[in-house]
Order: sequence, then structure tokens, then C-alpha cells
Amino acid sequence: MKKYILQSIRLTLVLMVLLCILYPLTLAFAGKFSKGEGSGEKVTKNGETVGYALIGQSFTNPEYFWGRPSAVGYNAAGSGGSNKGPSNPDYLQQVSDRVDTLLKYHPYLKKSQIPSDLVTASGSGLDPNISVEGAKIQIKRVAEYRKLDEKQLEKLVEENTEKPLLGLFGPSAVNVLKLNLALDELKK
Amino acid sequence: MNTELLGIIASFAITLVIAVPLGKYLAKVFAGEKTWTDFLKPFESIIYKLSGINPKEQMTWKQHLKAMLTINSVWLVYGFFVLMYQDKLPLNPDGNAGMSPDLSFNTIISFVVNCNLQHYSGESGLTYFTQQFVIMFLHFTSAATGIAAAVVFFKAFRDKTTTTLGNFWEFFVKSITRLLLPLSLIVGLILAFNGTPTSYEGKDQFISLQGDTVNVSRGPAAGMIAVKHLGTNGGGWFGVNSAHPLENPSYLTNMVEVISQMIIPIAMVLAFGYFIRKRKFAWTIFGVMTIGMFMLLIPTIMSELGGNPAIEKLGISQSTGAMEGKEVRFGPAASAYWSTVTTIISTGSVNSMHDSGMPLSGLYQLLGMMINSFYGGCGVGILNYFIYLIIAVFISGLMVGRTPEFLGHKVEAREIKIAAIITLLSPLLILAGTAIATFVFGAYGDADWAVKPANWLNNPSFHGFSEMLYEMTSSNANNGSGFEGLGDNNIFWNISTGIVLFLGRFLPIIGPIAIAGLLGAKKYIPESAGTLKTDTKTFALMTFAVILVLNALSYFPALALGPLAEYFTMIGLRE
Repeated sequence: MKKYILQSIRLTLVLMVLLCILYPLTLAFAGKFSKGEGSGEKVTKNGETVGYALIGQSFTNPEYFWGRPSAVGYNAAGSGGSNKGPSNPDYLQQVSDRVDTLLKYHPYLKKSQIPSDLVTASGSGLDPNISVEGAKIQIKRVAEYRKLDEKQLEKLVEENTEKPLLGLFGPSAVNVLKLNLALDELKK
Repeated sequence: MNTELLGIIASFAITLVIAVPLGKYLAKVFAGEKTWTDFLKPFESIIYKLSGINPKEQMTWKQHLKAMLTINSVWLVYGFFVLMYQDKLPLNPDGNAGMSPDLSFNTIISFVVNCNLQHYSGESGLTYFTQQFVIMFLHFTSAATGIAAAVVFFKAFRDKTTTTLGNFWEFFVKSITRLLLPLSLIVGLILAFNGTPTSYEGKDQFISLQGDTVNVSRGPAAGMIAVKHLGTNGGGWFGVNSAHPLENPSYLTNMVEVISQMIIPIAMVLAFGYFIRKRKFAWTIFGVMTIGMFMLLIPTIMSELGGNPAIEKLGISQSTGAMEGKEVRFGPAASAYWSTVTTIISTGSVNSMHDSGMPLSGLYQLLGMMINSFYGGCGVGILNYFIYLIIAVFISGLMVGRTPEFLGHKVEAREIKIAAIITLLSPLLILAGTAIATFVFGAYGDADWAVKPANWLNNPSFHGFSEMLYEMTSSNANNGSGFEGLGDNNIFWNISTGIVLFLGRFLPIIGPIAIAGLLGAKKYIPESAGTLKTDTKTFALMTFAVILVLNALSYFPALALGPLAEYFTMIGLRE
């Protein structure tokens, strides 16, 4: 028994050097050569960091395209979904209120045109994307507030749509931050 | 065919393409035959030498269990104190606090037993030091423990009659050097070059496009996320696990992560066949497991793609499916696939919030964890399945009126007793645990704990019950996923699930190893016309029936009160 205890402790220490020091440091070194140099890819505007490419942020201003509802208010110091069950009455009321808000800002929409991702909270609370449909229905509003041509915005959404992997696997999506950044550039 | 379904099919196909040769390779590695990774031998010798281990020393099944339990105890004691005092240790750039004793108790057990139930959020609950020196360390070692235990079981059936079953330390070290570490490096690099951070920098702050001040948690996560999947651990760096955009940045990484959590469990099943030189037997086991998986997977995908009937009633479009708790870059189909994979094997990482899934998805997730051997966790999946096999052999034996045999060894009262105890253990822990929780929720709603029992549940009614059932099931299955609406960081859940985790891990390892050890030592009986063949379709069907009947009898009442009741209240909405 005593033999096993000593062997266990020694093996644990040896493996710690390998698994907790050498292994992550190797990856940290390799990560230096990745896009964000291992610290996350940043998005800049006029030289200032305005966000992380992968982390969604809150957009409430009608001059911008909006992202999805978030259970943590896009506070990226944490993360979280709503964890509301599908039959929870409070939750369904909340969704219904979100639909009403959307209709208020987009009076031209029929309810059946609203894609569910715009009125449901994401899993992480930091979802950077919305569906292509979700971006398209906002075009008219953004165009009105920014006094831009709708055609121009349609093109912008098209340009900022991420296609399925290799054109084969997974859904298409629109990165809201990148789209809005492109929108700001357009104004100049 | 739409791109979302195509993505799932591709994921499963790639899994098989990797897992089949990997199984063959593993059998060779553990049998000590020549493989192309033998260049690592000198490096392993250094590890043995530094640890004072002689890898040639043969162990009996009892010595194997002693070695396994000793090293696991060392980790339990070490981790418990390090987690409590992590605020006094280096690598804590965000200034996070130490854990309370009950949370530390729960967390360390959870990671030692390969469950990775998390009652904290990684961003605020751990430091970079504990993330790596406790959590990620145990990701490797708990998976290697499971694999080594499975190899002991393989050993018992390789030779006709044997009591010497190899060396535990050798199996354990090789699981890391020949399997987990090299694969983790590959997966870690893929993640690092697709957006997951690797540097040790702390939180960052910036002003968003709209003018809000935002903080972003980061940290060297890529390496941990790689091994959390390969080792079927599941405990993630960030609170929301692989739904977090830094933990799982794109559809590509999602495929990589879902493939990597499945390859070792499948490879272990096939390795069993190569190892004991009965390949057909392993393929029949694989067949039963795969059919089982599809029986849970297909209805889950259908229920998620069908969307939430209550939301449909609001009149909006759910063209892609149910989106609450899901990420747009994965979509409901890939989320459904992941939720099945992560519950049938014991990973428990999530890329969507299971609490917000459809009632039937919850039902199948629960069933996946209750059965816990449709592939199952790293190494332990095949051990769980072995118990079902013994029961099936026993019942078939009774039906045809012969002494049951398994791979040339008589199965007698002692082995059956062990198998029966292990079979009864899961329903006991899950159902008694849930019953006690429900009682405390009802009778002591005002108890002065970190979260009052009356405030435990994030959802009312049947779904609330499901949250408690899920927590206990996940603990017993050493899965680690959760209906995360449950307010679980308080003394009741920390202690109760801690105990369930512990028993749900070690007894189902000890039981099968004991049976295998006992059987292996018995006289070998050559196959004759009267032998019950275990590699036939008939026997496969028999095993499947045993799995179905045992689990249905154990869990149907509890499932009826939770997800089934919720489902039936919701289908009315479609009319």
C-alpha cells in the first residue's frame, strides 16, 4: 500500500510537468502565430479596439442591426443562457413582448416574417451571429434611420454573410458586429 | 439535402473513419505489440523511472484496483485544498476568490471521477492555475484511469486462464503518452488557429461600437477544450461550455469537438475485439450501441427541428427549428446531434442549453445517461456494457437451461450478484437522490442555504422536476451536463451530488473489473455445440432487450413525471 502511495505522488508530479506546463506552453507558443496572437481576434475601428470578432455585443440603437436577446446582456466577463424551459409561461410572455418590440420598430413586418432567433436568447448570451433572415428584415429600418438606399444594405448583408463550411456543412449566419462596422464605414 | 443535416452525417462518418483504425492501434499499444509510436518508449521510461515504477511488474485484479484507488485518492486530497486556496496561488490575473468547502468538495470529486459537473462558472470560479493544474490535469488523468481500467478488463479475456493482468501504471501512462496527449495537441492546435485563446492574459476591456464598456474573459483555453472532449470529460473553460464563442468559435470547430469526444469510446469497443482476437464480437457490440444511438438521435433531431409549439402559437417563423439556448452558427440540427452524443457517451459538454430544449429531447438525453453505455465514456462505456452482457448471458442461460458462460468462462452466482448490485445501484442513486431533493424542495423551502430550496428551480411544474432529475442522473452517469437553470451551488446539491458522483464512478469500475478478474481466473471451457454464442444477431438482440427492459422498468415513472408530462401538455398547442 505504502508503495502505491509513493508511486502515485511521484507519478502525479511528473505528469504535472508534462500536462500542466509543457503541453499548454507549447500551445501558447503556437497560438502566437494565430490571428489574435492567442489572445482572441480583435476588431478595430480607426485604430481603436471596438470588440472581439467572435464575441457578440449589445446593439439597441435603431441605426444598427440588432443581435439576439442575451440572458447576460452581452457581458462577456461571464456567459449564460436563459435556461428557460419551453413551456414556462413567464418565458413565453417574454418572447411575446420581444415580438411586440420588434413589430414596433418594424411596422412593415408580418409576424410570420420574424425568425425565432431574433426573439430567443442564445446559449452563451454572447452569440455574435443572427440568421440571414434576421438581418434581411432589419434592412428597411436601418435604411430609414440612416437615410441609405435599401439596395446598398442588401448588398452589405450579402457581403457579410458567412456561408456554410465548404458550402456544404452547417447554417449560414451574419456576424452582427462586422456588419455594423461595415455599415459605419459606408457612411463616410 | 440541407446543409445542417449534411453536417451531422459528415461528422458521424469522419468519426468512424478515425475510430476504426484507432481501435486497432490501441489494441496493439496495450498488447505491447509494435506500433509506429514506439519511438516514445525512452520518454516513457523516464516517466517510470522518475516515479519509481516497474512497468513489467504484473498485477492481479485486486492490485489494479488498489493502485487505481490510491492515485485517485491522492488527486482528491490535493485538489480539494488547492481549489479552496486558489486565491493565494499564482496565475490569477482576474483576482478570483477561493472556493467554499462544499463547492470544492463537489468540484474535486466531479473532476476526479471524469464527470465534470460544474457548480461554478469558469470565468469567475477558477484561476488559470486551477484551470490547468487541477481541472485540465484531471481531464487527462481521469480519462486515462477509465481507459486503463478497461484494458485490465480486456486482459482478463485475452488468455484462456489468467490471474496476472498487466501493470496498471503502464496502461495508465500509455493512455496519456500514446493517445490523449498527441491527439490533444492536434485538436488544441486546430482550436488555437480558429479563434480559441491560448495566452495567459487576463480579462480585457474595450468600448463597444455602440459605446458600452465591456469586459471579456479569456485565458489559455485551447488545450483544455481539446482534452475535455477527447477524454469525454466535458468540463469547459467558460461557464456555458462549448456554446461560448471562444470555446467553440465556428461550425468547423464544432465538428472537430463533436468528433473528438466520440472517437476514443468507439475505438475502445473495437480495440476490445482486436485485443481478445474476437473481432466479430466487438462489431456486434458496436452494432447494438450504434442502433441505440440512432434510436435516441433521430427523434431528438426531429423534435428540435420541429421547433417549440408554444412559440409557433405566437405566430413567428421557426424555419430553422427551436432557437432558445442555441447558437446561430451551429443551428438546431448540430445542437441536437451534440446533445445526443454528449449524453450517450459521458462527456457532458454542451453547445446549447439543454434546459431550453424540447421536452422529448430532454427525455432522450436522460435516457442516454441512464443507459450510459451506447459507446459510453472513455473506457468506462465498455465496462458498463459488460454488466449488461453478463445479465444477458445469465438470462439467456436460464432460458435455454444451461450454466451461463461468457467467453469460455462459467458465470456463477458470485459474478451475477456483483452484476445485479451494479445494475441496481444506478436507479437507487438517481431515484433516491431525486426523491430526497424533491422532498427538501417541498418541505424545507426556506432553509437558509446559499440558494433557498424554494428558489432552486428556474422553471415551474414538470420542467422543474426534470431539472432535479437531470442533475442526479448526470451525476450518477458521470456525465456532467446539466439543466443549468437549477440553482445548484449550495450545500445540498454540492454534497448530495458529490456522493452520487463518487459511488456512480468507482462501483461501476470495481464491479466489472472484479467480475472480469474472477472469470479470467476460472478454467477455460472450449467452445462446443452447446455453447451460447455471444457474437450472433440473436444474442445482440437479447442484450438490447435487457438494456431496454432494465432501464424502462427503473426509470419510466420518473420520466413520466418530468419530460413526458411536459410533452403531453405541450402537444395540445399544435392543434
